[in-house]
Amino acid sequence: MPLTWLVLIIFTIAAAGFVMGRKRALQNAGGDRRELHSLPVYYGSNVAMWAIVPAVAVLIVWMLVQPFFVNSRVLATLPDTIVSEGSSIGLVMSDVRRVAEGLDIAVVQGVMSRDEAASISAEISDIRESLGEVGVAVGSKVSTEVMKGAQLYRTLNAVGSMMMNVVVLLFAFGGAGYAYSKSTADFRARNMVERGVLAMLIAAASIAILTTIGILFALLFNTIEFFKLYPAADFFFGTRWAPSFSGRGGASDLGVLPLLWGTFYISFIALLVAVPIGLFSAIYLSEYAGPKVRGIVKPLIEILAGIPTIVYGLFALLTVGPLLMRMFGKDTFGWMQGGTAVITAGLVMGIMLIPFVSSLSDDIINAVPQALRDGSYGLGATKSETIRQVILPAALPGIVGAILLAASRAIGETMIVVLGAGAAARLSMNPFDAMTTITAKIVSQLTGDADFVSPEALVAFALGMTLFVLTLGLNVFALFIVRKYREQYD
Amino acid sequence: MNDMTFVERDVDTNEVKIAAKDVQVFYGDNHAIKDVSVEIEDKTVTAFIGPSGCGKSTFLRCINRMNDTIDVCRVTGDLRIDNEDIYDTKVDPVQLRAKVGMVFQKPNPFPKSIYDNVAYGPRIHGLSKNKTDLDDIVERSLRRAAIWDEVKDRLHAPGMGLSGGQQQRLCIARAVATEPEVLLMDEPCSALDPIATAQVEELIDELRKRYSVVIVTHSMQQAARVSQRTAFFHLGSLVEYGATSNIFTNPVDPRTESYITGRIG
Repeated sequence: MPLTWLVLIIFTIAAAGFVMGRKRALQNAGGDRRELHSLPVYYGSNVAMWAIVPAVAVLIVWMLVQPFFVNSRVLATLPDTIVSEGSSIGLVMSDVRRVAEGLDIAVVQGVMSRDEAASISAEISDIRESLGEVGVAVGSKVSTEVMKGAQLYRTLNAVGSMMMNVVVLLFAFGGAGYAYSKSTADFRARNMVERGVLAMLIAAASIAILTTIGILFALLFNTIEFFKLYPAADFFFGTRWAPSFSGRGGASDLGVLPLLWGTFYISFIALLVAVPIGLFSAIYLSEYAGPKVRGIVKPLIEILAGIPTIVYGLFALLTVGPLLMRMFGKDTFGWMQGGTAVITAGLVMGIMLIPFVSSLSDDIINAVPQALRDGSYGLGATKSETIRQVILPAALPGIVGAILLAASRAIGETMIVVLGAGAAARLSMNPFDAMTTITAKIVSQLTGDADFVSPEALVAFALGMTLFVLTLGLNVFALFIVRKYREQYD
Repeated sequence: MNDMTFVERDVDTNEVKIAAKDVQVFYGDNHAIKDVSVEIEDKTVTAFIGPSGCGKSTFLRCINRMNDTIDVCRVTGDLRIDNEDIYDTKVDPVQLRAKVGMVFQKPNPFPKSIYDNVAYGPRIHGLSKNKTDLDDIVERSLRRAAIWDEVKDRLHAPGMGLSGGQQQRLCIARAVATEPEVLLMDEPCSALDPIATAQVEELIDELRKRYSVVIVTHSMQQAARVSQRTAFFHLGSLVEYGATSNIFTNPVDPRTESYITGRIG
């Protein structure tokens, strides 16, 4: 029975439970809803909740545990001799899974019968060929042991799924029945449902937090792994970034400084573009523009925020880069060697950040109380005097927070840099040079054939960790400032 | 109303400072002020009283054109200060507001130091020749607002850190620092405790020597205590206007009598 069906049945039970629970509670109260502790809908919801929650919880746990269980059972049947030279037990297991998958498909397509698939032996027929016919490619000739393993794998999985269906449905019926039996007039169904809702909200919140922690640990362990292979001092203080690619041998230089410098340089140029433009447009929108203009312009600026960064990257590569080449390239000043440079990526990233800065600053400027404006106008100040001397100082902490948030986005930005800034890691002051950033190097270290035990690949995690610590610090600092500012007027 | 005490003051016949004739104010379609004509004298405290929403604050804000900052607000009629039409196109509202200071209902010090709050007006209007001159203006204004002794040791502390009553007196100091000719006060004591109120009222009486003060208030006792002339507004119209003692002891209009005896409003 496929999963969809199982879930549908659970929901059907829940729906039936809802109707029946509601009805039972009403009956118990003699048909007078004023005799009930809660509204009838709560009794129904309570039954539905009891039908769904335990059953789905069991379903999820079962689906997580079953593969481990099956794997270990199959592994136990495989003889040690099956692992050939230069291979590992993991590779054999993946062969087993592939063959099992192939058998499944063969049965579905009707190439083999159910019994055939379960009893067929690798010695008499050429499994590899018949699986190839149904579109599953198996690397080498299928050995008897692997074939046996695959058949065991299929049986175990089938039995497991069967048992899962039964157990889950039992839980659904049991839960619904339990709640149904409690649906009397005195039962506090409303409180129960409220508690269920609370639990759901807490679960949602903890998923977000747990995921963050999980990502953090994944980064951390791999970073530690990297530092076992490569000295931390060389990573943090090395001024050369020259990874040798796996297979070619030779030592790599994995100094983070050139990447850090590129990251900061590009972000700095981006902020140089985004902060004045964003801030001025925010001032125009919040103080000068009429409601009509504001209603049109504000969404238009925010559209900029909705453009995917890869599109900005294309824009940098195909439009801004060549344009800058014409202006500063060898035909005129000769400053620029190629279209991809710090200034290209910085300019485009700045454009990307404009709506970020302007939208946040606009909100913050609007939050400055009207009383302050009135006070200033009442003293005979002009609009621009009021803005410069009262509103901006009042909004400054918030604006600084907005700029820091924009900075942390600039530091984490990838696609624009990959396409617009070039790939050379270097420490240079010239904004017309090609440079690269931490994010772009993470991409290039992990794309292609990466061997995940070499320092050249693991360095990506160390880079990611560095980036994470940087942006986290900036975000915390920005939020701290924004919050401090909020308290001022509350 | 027996507990009300009138300070008998010599109400000299002063010249007219503000003259309004048939002033109408509209908020969109809402006719907020209807045919208000009033002559406000120089060196006098004039109180506007009336129930909430009767238009007293709106009319007050017409006098320094603060209503210009509200998009939907439209003012018609004739409003003159020193016989000059303030709604004339060649009048710059910014300059007008330098001449007609305003103190608001809620204290609204700028998020700056006490010193900078007071120096704000003189700085933007270039009233001081140098730093010592500016120091003098700040000290004089703070003294006039009766707050100098409380803040003289912490002039560079933030103005937001003062208590409510101190903040309001700071705002008054800020308003008098620009040397206005008219001072408009929109319920200046509504957020203050009785002690701070008494201080502000004393101050208003003090300010009368130099300015024409117009005060909107909900407290009839306050109007009786501080003002020489009182205007009673009701539903957007000016019902009665005259010497304060007359309005409170011998009102002509039955609506005025009802209001001051607490039957309407």
